[in-house]
Amino acid sequence: MSMNRRDFLKTAAAGGGMLLASQAVPVGAAMPKELPPEAIGMLYDATLCIGCKSCMVNCKKYNSVSRGALSSEQNIATPPYEFSTPEKIWDDPHDLSGKTLNIIKVVKNGTAVNKDAAENGYSFVKQHCLHCITPACVSACPVAALQKDPKNGVVFYLENRCIGCRYCQLACPFRIPKYEFEKASPQVRKCQLCHHRYEEGKFSACCEFCPTGASIFGKVVDLRSEAQKRLTLKPGSEYDFPVQTVGSKEKSRRIVSKYINHVYGMKEAGGTQYLLLAGVPFELLGFDKNISEQVLNDLTWTYISKIPAVIATILIGGAATWAITKGRHKDKEE
Amino acid sequence: MNNKEIKMMTPMTIFLIAVMAAGGVVAIYRLIFGLGASTNLNDIWPWGFWIGFDVLGGVAMAAGGFVIAGTVYILNWKKYKPIVRPAILNAFFGYALAATSIFFDIGQSFRIWHPMVMWQVNSIMFIVAIHVVLYTTTLAVEASPMILEKLRMTGAYRFVNKIMAPIVLFGVLLSTLHQSSLGAVYLIIPSKLSPLWYSSRLPYLFLVSAVMLALSMVSFETILSSRIFRHKVPFDVITGLAKGSLVVAALYFVLKVWDLASGPGIGAAFTGGFSANMYLLEMVVGVVMPLILLSMAKFRTALNSIFAVNILVIVGIVLNRLNVGIFGLAEYAGRLGADYFPSLMELILTAAMIAFAFFGFKVSAKYLNLFPGTEH
Ligand code: SF4
Ligand code: SF4
Ligand code: SF4
Repeated sequence: MSMNRRDFLKTAAAGGGMLLASQAVPVGAAMPKELPPEAIGMLYDATLCIGCKSCMVNCKKYNSVSRGALSSEQNIATPPYEFSTPEKIWDDPHDLSGKTLNIIKVVKNGTAVNKDAAENGYSFVKQHCLHCITPACVSACPVAALQKDPKNGVVFYLENRCIGCRYCQLACPFRIPKYEFEKASPQVRKCQLCHHRYEEGKFSACCEFCPTGASIFGKVVDLRSEAQKRLTLKPGSEYDFPVQTVGSKEKSRRIVSKYINHVYGMKEAGGTQYLLLAGVPFELLGFDKNISEQVLNDLTWTYISKIPAVIATILIGGAATWAITKGRHKDKEE
Repeated sequence: MNNKEIKMMTPMTIFLIAVMAAGGVVAIYRLIFGLGASTNLNDIWPWGFWIGFDVLGGVAMAAGGFVIAGTVYILNWKKYKPIVRPAILNAFFGYALAATSIFFDIGQSFRIWHPMVMWQVNSIMFIVAIHVVLYTTTLAVEASPMILEKLRMTGAYRFVNKIMAPIVLFGVLLSTLHQSSLGAVYLIIPSKLSPLWYSSRLPYLFLVSAVMLALSMVSFETILSSRIFRHKVPFDVITGLAKGSLVVAALYFVLKVWDLASGPGIGAAFTGGFSANMYLLEMVVGVVMPLILLSMAKFRTALNSIFAVNILVIVGIVLNRLNVGIFGLAEYAGRLGADYFPSLMELILTAAMIAFAFFGFKVSAKYLNLFPGTEH
């Protein structure tokens, strides 16, 4: 079979294309800044949270399975519980870690008698990946081991690509990705919005097992309007809070508490798919006050987008300089 | 040909070999037992000494390669030709040090090639990785005439020399991008890095300070090796480098002050806190003192004072890299109750890399014609 030049080029291009398709992510453009069309996420309402930690336990349990975010031979055998008391009675992590993707913390002030009050009060807060709309971790990862699903916006991890540079840890403003430093063959661990459960028609374990509706799952647009609506409710009045999912028929009738007038995650770091409501300022709940509305990828993209111009300038300028100076110094050349 | 003046089996060489051996043991331990067992890194301090010193510092110290090669082959400033070979060799060792440290620093060392096939162009880390590979290769080509000449491969030697200008230009391009992209690595952490160092101008600051460090590093090495290996110092070359240092240091000083003033304000450097003091230390040692000394003709033209200035600049600019990579994050990590100090094993591995660079340079000085035209 003979092959002319055109065919050869075609074949070569197809081969190259296949190589690219198999390994590289679409190149050449800055990351999108809009909410993906079918974006899903979670809403956490600290005023509804009773601190039962059911979400933590079930997060660990339902992710310590094959394809789960804590998947590993060892973890599938026994979920990676963290004990802090010698009796080893319950899973009691102090922070997110390579073994814990989700944590309920309690923040106290003064006498800590009033729930959801900043002064002499306390509040719970649920920490895990916020599934940013333009995630810094995805922007930072050199090998696209962290990717954002273009449809539902879940920020997920492909362990076989990861080289373990930990730039994602540095880049994430919320300090979410954790690394298995103790292992010889470590992975990054973070909440992947339970995306391994969607095929079976299930959703985030933390929302499924939340008894009060403090954590609910759903489409981000619906979660946003639900959150905005709650801010308009009169404190002291009654409201039917949906349980498990935002559109759920199951409701829990509760007295409305006083909210801080802010939905966390609407604008922070360019917006996130995890939204929070609380009765105390988010800064007190551990959200860094230095996190602005800045889309972090823009900061590095300004640099990267200049590279082609730099290449052209240096090559042309350098060649010109060489040509000009060559003659001038000829006499000194050996 | 071999330089009879250079003795191989000296106590110094034995010491270097011992340090390298210790580093080898640590390297194996690190690969078998992981990062947790060998380093003090943790989730709040994901990067430590290997990135701050070996990579950021090592690459900056290697800038002499592109600065001198560019001066000789692109600006055709032949006066500096006698130092181009050691400068290129030094750069090669600097990059080797950085690349080896990255190999041990990443959690999955044997996937170090992944960025070459799994492109992700939004990532500065990807840009950095590509440049390490391309530039180390370019440096190897730039250094090859030394080896080819030794092997008497005249044909290949002539060929490489003929295409030297375009290769050097490619190297200048890669270095410009690589030095600046190391600064750009930190653009994505405005909420974490202290405002004393965080700036949208980080890429420019890294580039200019790398050029400044390059001149001092090459000058330092030329003076030092002339003493150790006993060849004549091309004196006008040394004073020429000092003059260059003065110009670049002045530019860098203006950039830094402007950057501080337009960021957190000049006052931020004088609050007496830990970060502020580290900032002042870096500036006084690496920029202000060298500027004052170099601005006086008396010191600019004397070998000993130039040597002292070189040391100040090297320490100061490396400190800048440590500040950006490590100390500038201390306030943020401290608020979260996390601490970091390199473990003994981290320090040993870095010491081994430095020992390797010295040892490699010595072997090259003995067996290769490193200083053509300066024979005694
Ligand atoms: S919260 Fe952090 S880990 Fe999660 S998507 Fe955003 S940047 Fe990534
Ligand atoms: S540690 Fe892994 S996931 Fe994180 S940035 Fe590096 S390669 Fe990507
Ligand atoms: S979505 Fe899944 S992985 Fe994420 S916190 Fe909830 S249970 Fe854990």
